[in-house]
Amino acid sequence: MINTPTNQLSFSDASCGTGLKNALAMPRAKVISTVSDSGIRGRGGAGFPVSVKWNLCGLAKGDKKFVVCNADEGEPGTFKDRVLLDDFAALVFDGMTIAAYAAGASEGILYLRAEYAYLRDGLEEMLRMRRKEGLLGENILGSKLNFDIQIFMGGGAYVCGEETALIESLEGNRGEPRNRPPFPIDMGYFNQPTVVNNVETLAWVSCIFEKGAAWFKDQGTEGSAGPKLFSVSGDCQKGGVYEFPMGITIAELLTQVGGDDAKCVQIGGASGRLVPSSEFNRRICFEDVATGGSIIVFGQNRKALDIAENFLEFFEEESCGQCTPCRDGNEKLLKGIRMLKDGTCSMQRLLSLKDLAETMQLASRCGLGQSSPNIFLDVINQYDNEFELTSDANSEPECRIGA
Amino acid sequence: MSAQQTTAIGANIPVTIDGMDIRVPLKTTILDAAKELGIRIPTLCHHADLCEGGLCRVCVVEVEGKRTLQASCAYPITEPMKIKTSSAKVRKARKNILQLMLSNHAGDCTTCNRNQNCELQKLASEYGITTHPFGKVKRPKYAIDHSSLSVVRDNNKCILCRRCERTCAEIQGVNALVTANRGIETEIQTFMNLPLGDTMCINCGQCINRCPTGALQTVDATCDVWKAIDDPKKHVVIQTAPAPRAAIAECFGEAPGTPRTFEMNTALRRAGFNKVFDTNFTADLTILEEGTELLKRLYGALVQKDASVALPQFTSCSPGWIKYIEQFYPEYLPNVSSAKSPQQMFGALIKTYYAEKNGVDPKDIVSVSLMPCTAKKYECARPEMNDSGFKDIDYVLTTRELGKLIKEAGIDLPQMPKSDFDEPFGTATGSGVIFGATGGVMESAIRTVVELVCGIQIEDLFEHANVIPVRGFEGVRYAELPISAVGPVPEVLKDVVPDWNWLKDATLKVAICHGTANAQKVMDDIRAGGKFSECHFIEFMACPGGCLGGGGQPIPTNKDIRSKRANAIYAEDMAYTVRKSHLNEAVLRLYKEFLTDGIGGHKAHHLLHTSYTDRSLGVRGSNK
Ligand SMILES: Cc1cc2nc3c(=O)[nH]c(=O)nc-3n(C[C@H](O)[C@H](O)[C@H](O)COP(=O)(O)O)c2cc1C
Ligand code: SF4
Ligand code: SF4
Ligand code: SF4
Ligand code: SF4
Repeated sequence: MINTPTNQLSFSDASCGTGLKNALAMPRAKVISTVSDSGIRGRGGAGFPVSVKWNLCGLAKGDKKFVVCNADEGEPGTFKDRVLLDDFAALVFDGMTIAAYAAGASEGILYLRAEYAYLRDGLEEMLRMRRKEGLLGENILGSKLNFDIQIFMGGGAYVCGEETALIESLEGNRGEPRNRPPFPIDMGYFNQPTVVNNVETLAWVSCIFEKGAAWFKDQGTEGSAGPKLFSVSGDCQKGGVYEFPMGITIAELLTQVGGDDAKCVQIGGASGRLVPSSEFNRRICFEDVATGGSIIVFGQNRKALDIAENFLEFFEEESCGQCTPCRDGNEKLLKGIRMLKDGTCSMQRLLSLKDLAETMQLASRCGLGQSSPNIFLDVINQYDNEFELTSDANSEPECRIGA
Repeated sequence: MSAQQTTAIGANIPVTIDGMDIRVPLKTTILDAAKELGIRIPTLCHHADLCEGGLCRVCVVEVEGKRTLQASCAYPITEPMKIKTSSAKVRKARKNILQLMLSNHAGDCTTCNRNQNCELQKLASEYGITTHPFGKVKRPKYAIDHSSLSVVRDNNKCILCRRCERTCAEIQGVNALVTANRGIETEIQTFMNLPLGDTMCINCGQCINRCPTGALQTVDATCDVWKAIDDPKKHVVIQTAPAPRAAIAECFGEAPGTPRTFEMNTALRRAGFNKVFDTNFTADLTILEEGTELLKRLYGALVQKDASVALPQFTSCSPGWIKYIEQFYPEYLPNVSSAKSPQQMFGALIKTYYAEKNGVDPKDIVSVSLMPCTAKKYECARPEMNDSGFKDIDYVLTTRELGKLIKEAGIDLPQMPKSDFDEPFGTATGSGVIFGATGGVMESAIRTVVELVCGIQIEDLFEHANVIPVRGFEGVRYAELPISAVGPVPEVLKDVVPDWNWLKDATLKVAICHGTANAQKVMDDIRAGGKFSECHFIEFMACPGGCLGGGGQPIPTNKDIRSKRANAIYAEDMAYTVRKSHLNEAVLRLYKEFLTDGIGGHKAHHLLHTSYTDRSLGVRGSNK
């Protein structure tokens, strides 16, 4: 179930096939410009403009192009894609089909998180129905579009949600992120141009083609158009999936979910940012605190170091292990947090770990390692009253570049 | 990237690196572009022989407009850009990355096999790493894997650059090493996590050559060899293969391709070896035995219409290749020449012919061989390799081990006076020498077969006897040799064929391949009845470049180094007066004095030929 403040859920009055029909009636360029006019940016976390991705894929050279719906939803505290696939899968499939039309793709793949296997039969049934109804297959709805969708079960690793790791996993390899460039829009699935979009992104696209680009653009903020789904969990009274316009302040959101007295909120899942109560007036949008949808509320009795320890344990395990900064760095940050907890961390060690955190942000191969140090930095920067450092008396001075 | 290439592809993208401007062809990596400008960016997971890395991240650079640093080894330039390769940000990242590696690295440089030839150690020194700000592992996490006869694995020193995995997959097509687990538990494992000696590893040692650290090492025999040298009762002889001579200079800081054959002979004697022999002697012998076998097969198939004759005939001198075919294509074992490798032929002769001739008790002989190859250690331990009544070869030293041994003896090899090989195997031919390069066995075979069959000089067909069509570094090569005229059957082959008329106007089809991943292509083609199934003779070498790129050769290795070693080998060939195996007088004397029933005769068969074992996967046992 999706909650909204006003019970005006955008998805509930969207009807299957309407957006798709409207899109297929337009020339391809118009589809792209409509998406562009709506201002929609990817809902999976990174916020890349959808129209740009589709357009580049359309322009890329390839024997065959693919649209992949990223339903890996592995970010801790996110479950909005599951609700969408449960209740509004038709809109997601419509969105994939529109994407295929815009990007010139002929094959679609739904990459379904391993834990969501129970959804598979229902989704397969829906795909069969769509084929019968002419919503998939050749000449969809009488247009020139030939497109079909397959379902592929995920490998069960968090990193497989990263689009290039997802593609590796689709190809039957270890789920490990690739070097970029080249990007998937040029060389994706089996090195063919590939669009990867989040479940929610594709569902919104269907709504945009039913309700119009302006309907979408009018909601949210300048740089972050439209409504957004949020998965709210943690120390609040009414956790669950919510629809709010982009740009909602953290305070407003907390009031809606019954978490007014929170100590801090983790926005964007384990790899997001920890926002302390002093900054609850900040807005949730790409210009301020971005999120793929995960909001985790922490009450007054939570210890900041425990939060960091918990997330870093997750990263230490979930790093794909390819690149040094992330594979070894998360372990060191975790160790550092544990030293802070038991009072054995020196100022010098802490400074070295801060350097390391920056190195990880800059030098890791993919978003996982680039964002996993966030929690470390947020906790030591904002909650330095929650730990004490030991003296440096016995340690050798370290030459810190740029210090 | 050479200037030639640059003009060929068209230098079109302007980039600025550290304030210097250059134009590079589309998709040049930042690393290569920087190299063009003389900027050295450090790397660890990158290797010129392997596919893109981008894993270790020490090669990161700043690209203007990019939020994060980019791995220069994996970044293809497709648009104009401004790059900084050594800013504070970059240096800090590199230093942190090295510190991370070192903090999880359980190794002690002073006791490490790779001390002073370790890429990690070198970078740690270059980046001034003097402390362990992130701590240091106290106890080694992994047991050292000593199960293989060729390769020692010490995962405690592994930095997860995955060059070994890529080598084993891309160059060798074996996949004995794989990355397993995730996160901090990530590790290089063997196939099914078995001891390496129980896997399908072909003992080629190519992974060792590309490992930047001491995590992969050769099984070291120097200690055993010293023991033998130090024992006055032992008569220690060493045979030396051609490829190590083209590379031993590298162990002493000289440029690749510096030939030090004759200085090495002196060094070996000074180190205490009683005799120094030239493996090329048995390389020449191989040509006679293997060449005769080929002619017999052709005669059987073409004239006698014997359907049981297996063609094409495959060469048998590369033990890595032998284990490869035993495991992966056992149904083609009848195609493999039964001739032993030169090392093993020599082994059988030293403890028989040589012992007899020189009045040495074979049980007192310790027979050492200097090889470019780690698989030779496996080969000499095969239970069937004792036809002399003893273990034919006692110890194999790789080029690297010999370098160590000579240094330990306090000898500066390049400064040694020159000296020749010992009798009675003394003078080899240039044909034996080129066994060290890919295509060399084929070229030697062609020189001999053409002369014996056509009754002409090979120089009539190929200038200076250089059979250029079979040379080069292309992974798989194919050549045809039309036989337009035939001569009389020479004395040595009188028992084999009555005449050559059946070969008149035939076309000899041959192929050469090196690196077992290439062998796989050829074998699959043969299985499918393709072009290579119509060949008569195929040379297979397990290692890229042939023996000169062997797994026991000095580290590092790359195309450029291998081609310089090849140049040294071909130059040595040119310097010989006799360059054809069938004209090797010592070999002819051997047949006269010892293998009296001739080429391919009974005695030769007993000592110089062998048989192979089906080691299809799952059939394990003496697979070490
Ligand atoms: C470690 C990691 C995990 C990710 N997991 C997901 C995920 O579960 N679902 C998702 O849609 N995007 C995930 N992403 C983002 C994808 O890489 C990609 O940006 C997204 O699927 C693009 O779709 P969008 O533009 O519609 O947001 C992840 C990224 C990283 C770095
Ligand atoms: S940052 Fe982490 S998850 Fe991403 S490639 Fe590197 S090790 Fe793998
Ligand atoms: S692998 Fe390199 S850094 Fe490690 S102990 Fe050996 S020489 Fe030293
Ligand atoms: S020795 Fe050769 S076959 Fe064995 S693991 Fe190394 S590369 Fe692979
Ligand atoms: S064993 Fe050597 S080559 Fe293989 S990953 Fe480790 S350090 Fe790299």
